Amino acid sequence: MKALLFAVIAATAAAAAAAEFAPGDRRSGYDFAGPESRAMQDDDTANPGMLGVLEGETLWATKAGAADRSCADCHGDARTSMKGVAARYPAFEPALARPLDLEGRINRCRTEHQRAAPFAGESEDLLALTAFVAYQSRGLPIAVAGDGELRPFFDLGSELFHRRQGQLNLSCSQCHDDNWGRRLAGAMIPQGHPTGYPVYRLEWQSLGSLQRRLRNCMIGVRAEPYDYGAPEAVALELYLMARARGMPLETPAVRP
Amino acid sequence: MARVLINLPARAKRGEVIEIKTLIAHPMETGYRLGPTGATIPRDIISRFLCTYNGEEVFRAELYPAIAANPFIAFFTVATESGEIAFSWTDDHEETQTEVRQITVE
Repeated sequence: MKALLFAVIAATAAAAAAAEFAPGDRRSGYDFAGPESRAMQDDDTANPGMLGVLEGETLWATKAGAADRSCADCHGDARTSMKGVAARYPAFEPALARPLDLEGRINRCRTEHQRAAPFAGESEDLLALTAFVAYQSRGLPIAVAGDGELRPFFDLGSELFHRRQGQLNLSCSQCHDDNWGRRLAGAMIPQGHPTGYPVYRLEWQSLGSLQRRLRNCMIGVRAEPYDYGAPEAVALELYLMARARGMPLETPAVRP
Repeated sequence: MARVLINLPARAKRGEVIEIKTLIAHPMETGYRLGPTGATIPRDIISRFLCTYNGEEVFRAELYPAIAANPFIAFFTVATESGEIAFSWTDDHEETQTEVRQITVE
């Protein structure tokens, strides 16, 4: 009986481990990008994502809403107050009893504290401010664990990642766990670690969020994409960030 | 005004070849794309770029719709004397944005 129990535990542990990469096996999208894209990301004066960061810096100091307050009025210098913050998102929001991603947090700050209208999902202003906040964590390791109160949302994200969906009946995991490093038509399949969001994607010719990227993949497998800020999208984001735990943030990354 | 990133050395030796890198935020709308209603999105691109060094033209470019959004232009020039390097981008509406940077030549 004892031996059987041990065998069951060992099998469960092996199944859990199979879904995760060994830390040394994880590759950022940066490692799959071409030398030109990497050079563009590495040089702050050539990285077009920096235009968004600069715009975000202005927004940070701009007063808004009925409260007539700017982000800086409460949070002060972002270089110190926002350092490491993006590496911890999505984070649990007790008032809503669910996790918020960085965009969701910024919009909640706008409605709650600035008493201003929230930015539209994927709008230039929201992306710029998110990029500016995330830029303060550049080089810091992702610190999302997905445990405690976040556990059920992490589990939902994990379930969504492994669930087959769309007319092509594919799960995220079938490409990004099982076939990374191989090619899907002309494109390299990365491991799907969200290390540099918001990213400047050359295909988009603009900054874009992780959720926009997820929607892209979902349209690719001909599934119904989640709305911006939908609970499923945030759960998936949470799972992906926890899966990339310890990898350094690169925001604003450049990807093909 | 659009966001601009300009990278050039603040100091250089006389006769030194220096690299200047410029990046400007612009949609570079081609005029070939259709909007959500099926109507053509009007063309809106930066069509001319000019760099002058103490008033003398050192680099010029003509841009066309095939150039991607947020055009990045890098070029070289010779550091001759201290002074101002001016950059101007002109769009389809004949609006020009000008940025000036100082350089010290020793």
